[in-house]
Formats: sequence, structure tokens, C-alpha cells
Amino acid sequence: MDLEYGPEYEEYKIEVQAFCNKYKGIQFTKDPPIQKAGGGVIQGNRATLVSERGPEMSRSEWQKTLIENGYFARSIPKEYGGFGGESDVIKSRIAATEFSNKGIPGPMGGQGIDMLVPTLLELGTEEQKNKYIKPTLYGEMIWCQGYSEPNAGSDLASLQTKGELIDDQWVINGQKIWTSTAQYSQMMFCLVRTEPEASKHAGISYLLVPMDTPGLEIRPLVDMTLKAGFNEVFFTDVTIPGDNIVGSRGEGWAVANATLGHERGSLGDPNATMSRLNMLIDRMKKETINGKTLIENPIYRDRLLQVQGKVMAFQSHALRVLSAKLNPGQDVKVGKMIQKLIGTELRHELEGLGIDIMGELGTLYEDSPHLRDGGSWQFAYMYFLGLIIGGGTSQIQKNIISERGLGLPREPKVQGV
Amino acid sequence: MYFGLSEEQVFFQDNVKKFLEDQASLDVIRRIAAGEGDDLQKEIHQGLINLGLNSLLIPEEYGGLELDLLFAAAVSEGLGAGIAPIPFIGSYVMAPLAIMHGGNDAQKENYLNKISSNKVRFGVGLTEYIAAREDAGVEITGNKVNGRALFAIDGDNATHFILADSEGAMCIIDVSDPGIEIVKLTAVDKTRGYFEIVLKEVNAEVLENSVNNKDPITKTIDAGRIMLAADSVGASQVMIDKSVEYAKERKQFGRVIGSFQAVKHMCAEMAAELEPCYAIVWHAAHCFSNVPEEARLMACQSKSHVSEVGKMVSKKATEVHGGMGFTDLLGLHYWFKRIGMNRQLLGSPEIVREEAGRIQGF
Repeated sequence: MDLEYGPEYEEYKIEVQAFCNKYKGIQFTKDPPIQKAGGGVIQGNRATLVSERGPEMSRSEWQKTLIENGYFARSIPKEYGGFGGESDVIKSRIAATEFSNKGIPGPMGGQGIDMLVPTLLELGTEEQKNKYIKPTLYGEMIWCQGYSEPNAGSDLASLQTKGELIDDQWVINGQKIWTSTAQYSQMMFCLVRTEPEASKHAGISYLLVPMDTPGLEIRPLVDMTLKAGFNEVFFTDVTIPGDNIVGSRGEGWAVANATLGHERGSLGDPNATMSRLNMLIDRMKKETINGKTLIENPIYRDRLLQVQGKVMAFQSHALRVLSAKLNPGQDVKVGKMIQKLIGTELRHELEGLGIDIMGELGTLYEDSPHLRDGGSWQFAYMYFLGLIIGGGTSQIQKNIISERGLGLPREPKVQGV
Repeated sequence: MYFGLSEEQVFFQDNVKKFLEDQASLDVIRRIAAGEGDDLQKEIHQGLINLGLNSLLIPEEYGGLELDLLFAAAVSEGLGAGIAPIPFIGSYVMAPLAIMHGGNDAQKENYLNKISSNKVRFGVGLTEYIAAREDAGVEITGNKVNGRALFAIDGDNATHFILADSEGAMCIIDVSDPGIEIVKLTAVDKTRGYFEIVLKEVNAEVLENSVNNKDPITKTIDAGRIMLAADSVGASQVMIDKSVEYAKERKQFGRVIGSFQAVKHMCAEMAAELEPCYAIVWHAAHCFSNVPEEARLMACQSKSHVSEVGKMVSKKATEVHGGMGFTDLLGLHYWFKRIGMNRQLLGSPEIVREEAGRIQGF
């Protein structure tokens, strides 16, 4: 066990701190909406929690500044708009921690950056890489993901949106659902059935669709938080160039699986969970019931401490998974597969506790009088229920853990369906 | 940066596991649990002492291996996996630490050398300092000790016990003292021995540095809790492994039961909850030896969290085995009971969490 990063990283930390001091209090000028991992959106200019005003620039300029200094897109080649360095997990971690400590905004995320860029780097043509990666990294080209359909959720490969190649152009008809950020996006990467004769998994292609193509209609789908912003997207003879395909015809399932791996890794971040836990502790020290602070109530306190134990275990576990990335050959068994399941369930439980300890006050929402913490406990309690379901439900995660992790057999196929 | 057990720790743990597989089969453990295997128990104990189990933490100057607590945690995991019918946590972790931190130079010289050369063996009874039940309690007056200690661990064939009063002062007593009555308790877990010690004017050798200083007893209990958590992690992993193996073989409705999602998901839930337990236990053990400011909270939270997960795993693993899980024939209940015992020892989850709250000033 060695939890030190070593002297070169101490130097790096000082370098990051200097950068943070330079940009402390940064203000964003006119913005595109900021996407969060998992599909949520922050709108407006809430760049920083620091009260003093620092330098002013656009979101996209900030993104470029982060790339130039190696704080984002570190391992992506310069020719595609990245920093062009070696990927370094520890450096990323140090930078993320220092940014968070100093209230410096991190890079924009979103499905284009988190999922499409890695996919193109691995499987895209040279032309696609040149055309799409740079504007995506700069936050100038926003992407949405068109995978799920009303009848293809957990059983994603049964999707039916149809693509036909007519005169070297793809003509797409059908419907996608749960499409976060579709209303802000310039592009969609989507899965479409192009080989109707082929078997379920072999009939799908991975296409890139400009969102302003005629015949494409976006309808907002209001979710239970009333805020997160899903959409339905309808395709009526949507016609795009024949070379807007990643991989070959019928290879879309394999292409998409490369990106699903990236998505699962990004949900339920243990450090974010720890800062929410600390917020909960602060709230319990301030908030009173019958004149006594909540932390003095032994039952609330015990529930808090139970959740704290889980959060600490999950955080230690994240260190173990990080270590396995840095030390090839280290065995983490089912360690990586459990992160989405445990991370989202734990966060949901934690946010629910934030509601319970406040009782009726915990039900207040939106702009109600007596609202606590901006209604964030209710919002996150529901939002994380969404994440428990999205990106592969908890039940699908348990299938993955038991089949791929523990070697249990798959559910047999039912005849005649 | 490396988070995990070292090659040496894994190697040692594997040796412990292999030794127990060879020497402490379920049949052997059954006989020991039934009180018919004293010789077998002694052989297993001696075999593990030959591996160095008694001197892991003791400094080299006293004949020990001077390893850190993570090493002991790796061993404890292995012992839990094999439901080892031998003393360890009290005799070879808590007692040496109590003497290392609470003893004066002469006491260290005397007892640590004797532990590492297997000339003395300690049972440990600190329950009353944590949570006294009934009217139990120990009072040290000068060099005499009176009262009653319940649930002393590792007391089988012990030559000495370490006990504590309500202020955390610890003393050593010799079992040959005529004022001692040692009563064996019958707990559900029969892989290790639990005792009541009744004391009337018994000679007490007070551990000098533990008087008016809670640090030695705190360290001793923290380490004991981390060891109990590690033992439960090892035992829980075996229960999961057995469940998965059984679910792959057992057929009902023309299919192996492991192909039913109801069964698979129980297995996945167990694995997903247990996996982070390794990390928190290793982390706690590492902090105990290297990061003192985080050590106390980590020790408490690893004990209480693993206790909760262990309870879930031991229930679900039994259920995966169906009716067979409930039988003595399969013997799964030895692991179930070991985990259930660890949960209560040195503070049940609620008691330990209460302490975790106090540490943080809640």
C-alpha cells in the first residue's frame, strides 16, 4: 500500500495551484449551455462559486485554455485539437481536486466529449476525426445520443429506427427517446437498423446526423424533476450523406459498445458523493427539530453514520480501481463493474436521507418559501433515480456483474418471441 | 501509488488459506466445534505459529516480524475464509498492541519476547470498556483486580488475560491465580472460544502507560475491530463463492438455478456490496499504521460497515442454497455464525457508529 503520488506530482500540484490562482473568480461571457455527465444541463453563467470577479472569457475560450495547459483532452493528439500528451490518471485527479478546492470550473462534459470522441479516435475515419473532434472538444459542437427507443430500452439491440441507403444517402425513419440535450445539440450519434435481413445485433449501423436536417423533430419529454431535459426525437425521411457512418454497415453494435463503456465509468463519482455527504453533515449541524440540532438526534445521526460508512467504503474502493489503472496486472475482480450500480444507488440513498432529516421542509421545491439548499435534495433524489435507470438499469448491471463477473449463465432465450 | 495488498501479503495470506484447506477441513472444524478435537485444534494452531502468526506485529528487537497492520488484516481475511478454529485477533494482534503501547520497557521486554517465542498466550477481555452488559465490570485497585469480564476472546488455553477498567487502564492477569474463575460461554460461533472471567482479589500487573492515558486501549480496540472486519470479509467471500458455485450446479425447472435472475441478482448484490469492503478494511489498516489522524474513524466505519454487509451476505448466501443452506450437512452455518459473532464483538454496529460520531464531534 502506497498512497503517495511521488515528488514529480508534488511539483505538478504546485503548477496546477498557480493556474487556479491566475483564473480564480473566472466569469463566463455568453454561453452555450453546459452539459453535465449523465445528461443534465446547467444553463446560464454560473461559472464559479467564488465571490471575487476574475478574468472574463467565453466557455469555449476557457475550454481551449484548459486544453492548452493539459487539463483537458490531455491524451488526444494535437492535430485533432487535444493537448497531445500522455494520458496521466494521477495528473487528472490532482487537477480535478485542485479545481474543486479553488472553485475553478472544470471542462465541459457531455455525451459528445465523453462518448463520441473516444469512439471516433478508436474507430472513426481520418476525415471524421478531422471534422468532428476539434469543435466537439472546444464545446462548439454539442452532441446528443440517439440509442433508446420506446420499444428498445434495456433490450437496446431490438431497436427499429430504420436507415436505407438510397443514391448513396441514408434515409432515416423512426423514433428515439430519452435523448438528453437534443434541443441544444448540433449533431446526434445514433444507432439505426440498416440491415433488416441480418440478425438482431448484426443489423445495426452507427450514424452521425446533423440536428438541423429536414424531417427531424424534437419534442421535449418532461421528467419527474421537471428540470433534467429529456426529449423524444422523430425521424421522417431524414436524409444524410452516405459517409456519415462510423465503422462499416452492420457493425454499429460493436461501435456503440465501445462508448457505453465510457458512459458507465462516469456515473456516480465517489468524490462528488463525499462532498454531498459533507453538505448533509453541515445541514444537520445547522437545522433544528424541536429546538435541537438534527445531529443531536440519535436516530438521524445513526442513519447519517451508516451512509457515511458506505461512502467511505466506496471512496476507498475508487482508490483501488484507480490503482488498478496505474498498475497493470492488479486484479480488481468485479471492482469496475459494480461502480455504476453502487455509485448511483448510494447517491440516491444519501439524497433521500437529506430529505428525511428535514421532514416536511424536505418536500419543498423550486422557489418555495423556507426552501433549503435550493431544493437540491429533492432534485438529486429524483435525478439519481433517473441515473439508476438510465445508462443500463440496476437490474442490467446485476446481470453484467453476475454473468461477466461471476460467470453465471445467461437467462435462456424464450421460444417464439 | 498502489492501493492493495502487496505480493508478500498475498503470498502469506495464500499460505494461511492453503494450510487451513489442508489441515482444517469442514470435518475437522465440526469435530472441534463439538468439543472432540482438542488435539486437532492444537495441531492447527501450532502449524500457524510455525508460519509466524504469533509474531507478525511484534518489533524485531523482541523476536517479532515487525509487520504493519495491513499484513495482519491480510492474515485475518485468510483466517475468516477458512473459519480458522484458532486464536488470533485477541492473542496475536490486540495483546501485543496493548503491551507495545501500554507497557513499560520491562513489560515489553518480558511479554513481547514470550509471545513471539510462544511461551505465553493471551486472551483479551475489553468488552466492559466498550459496552458493559448486566453488572459486569472490572476494577483495578493498586495491584489487585476485582469484578467480572464478559466475552473475553481467545481464552482457550490462554496463560494470561488482558483486562481493562472503565477508564481504559489495562492489566495483565495470570490464569494460575487462585482468585480467578474462568467460565466458558456457549456462543453460536464454536470455531473460537468466549469466556467469562470472574475475579476476586486477583494479582494484576498494570500496563503502566495505559493509566490515565486512553491511547493504548483505543489503539488496541481499533486494531481488533479492523481484524474482525477483515475476518468477516474473508468469511463473506467464501459464502459468495459457495453460492455462485452452487447456483451453477443445482438444477430446478430444467435449468441451473444460477440462470434465474432472482438468484443471479442475489449473487450480484452480495458481490457488489462486499467488494468495497476489501478496500475500506485495507485502507483502515493502512491508516492505523501510517495515517494516525484518519485511523480512528476508518477503524470504526470499517467495522460497522462490514458488519452490515456481512449480515446481508450471510443471509442471502444461505438463501441461494435453499433448504440445503439451512442444514448442518452443508455446514454453511459455520460461516454464518462466525460473521454474526464478529458483528457483536468489540461493539455492535450501532455502538461503533455512536463512537464514530463522537470522534467527529457530532
